[in-house]
Amino acid sequence: MISLTIDGIRVQAEEGETILEAAKKAGIRIPTLCYLEGLSPRGACRICLVEVRNWGGRLVPSCATPVQEGMEVVANSPRLRELRRTILEMIFVERNHICAFCVSNGHCELQDLAMELGMDHVRFPYRWPLLPLDLSHEKYGIDHNRCVLCGRCVRACAEVEGAMTWGFSGRGIFTLVEADLGDPWGKSKTCTGCGKCVQACPTGALFEKGKATSEQVKKPEIIMEVTERRPRA
Amino acid sequence: MPKLRVATVWFSGCSGCHMSFLDLDERLLEFAERAELAFSPIADVKEFPEDVDVVLIEGAVGNTEHLRELLEIRKKAKILVALGDCAVTGNVPSMRNPLPREEVLRAVYAKDDPPGLEEGEVPKLLPQALPLHAVVRVDFFLPGCPPPADRIWKFLRPLLFGEQPQLSGPDLKFG
Ligand code: SF4
Ligand code: SF4
Ligand code: SF4
Ligand code: FES
Repeated sequence: MISLTIDGIRVQAEEGETILEAAKKAGIRIPTLCYLEGLSPRGACRICLVEVRNWGGRLVPSCATPVQEGMEVVANSPRLRELRRTILEMIFVERNHICAFCVSNGHCELQDLAMELGMDHVRFPYRWPLLPLDLSHEKYGIDHNRCVLCGRCVRACAEVEGAMTWGFSGRGIFTLVEADLGDPWGKSKTCTGCGKCVQACPTGALFEKGKATSEQVKKPEIIMEVTERRPRA
Repeated sequence: MPKLRVATVWFSGCSGCHMSFLDLDERLLEFAERAELAFSPIADVKEFPEDVDVVLIEGAVGNTEHLRELLEIRKKAKILVALGDCAVTGNVPSMRNPLPREEVLRAVYAKDDPPGLEEGEVPKLLPQALPLHAVVRVDFFLPGCPPPADRIWKFLRPLLFGEQPQLSGPDLKFG
């Protein structure tokens, strides 16, 4: 067992566990976005940043950092709250989020984070990029305007379904998730149509066709349910 | 105690925020005891008055008229509030922002010489619909599309009693 402290609370954790997992067991809330139980951690969004006091205050993503003996972790502080809100605002300006007309309005992890982190407005200038929508799939659609590039779809498809349909194209803010090698999703030779990517997606980017504003409710916990019955990826 | 002078303004929005304000129902009586409506689309006042304590602005800054008025209102009002998502984020009016202004006007109104392309009877459309804080300092943000009446009241009531409103959690929900 490894001993560490999180927000001054003494916590015991298994070797190899992440700071996030240890915090969860101790009942300490750390907000996350790209993390999903059942999938490998990616450290893509940085919302879960924590400060390790005895590493000179270094910031690390708690979802992707294993616990170490004697660590003094700060999981909640005004500084972290401000950093998390800033990261969140950068996510919001990167794409076009019109909650009022989004399938996921009221059931969205990004929207929930905005409330949790007290984001009453976004302080950066919006980019308003022109982005496509792909409705070629029989059952599902993808709206790149709502995508936060968390990669949960990519990992769900590769690690749980084993189809490896999704991947990233481009770099930085120009990154897009794409089916196969940029084909329309409906033309994909690998997609089995299982819908795991849709359920894993935290936002309104992936949705079931026929769902109107506010109607898309996701079940990301099915990823954990499915993987619990087999060795983890 | 003199009554608080409150104004409401309607820019590029659907008027839903004003409808929500009217949804205050019987609370409007309590509002009227402590405040007076100095300027509003629902009051018969032509010029934005000089001495406004609080102005609630619905809608994004969509055209040159909004821009001019907003700059003037900022000078005249002590507390400026962005009321609703269009004022806070650009929201629905900003859905045109990824596209060129000319293209949008031509597609929606008329192929040649659509209104709003140049300054005329209809004010010129700005290249992009902007949230208020992209143009002026905003003192408070009241998100929601529209913000529910309860949320508006939670915000306004403290102001009427000279206190600082403080919205958090579910009261900050966009959409
Ligand atoms: S994905 Fe979430 S945050 Fe983005 S517009 Fe939809 S509800 Fe709002
Ligand atoms: S529906 Fe299933 S197979 Fe198809 S892209 Fe999504 S996760 Fe992969
Ligand atoms: S489509 Fe959804 S799950 Fe995939 S990267 Fe975008 S936001 Fe994440
Ligand atoms: S949740 Fe840890 S980096 Fe995204």
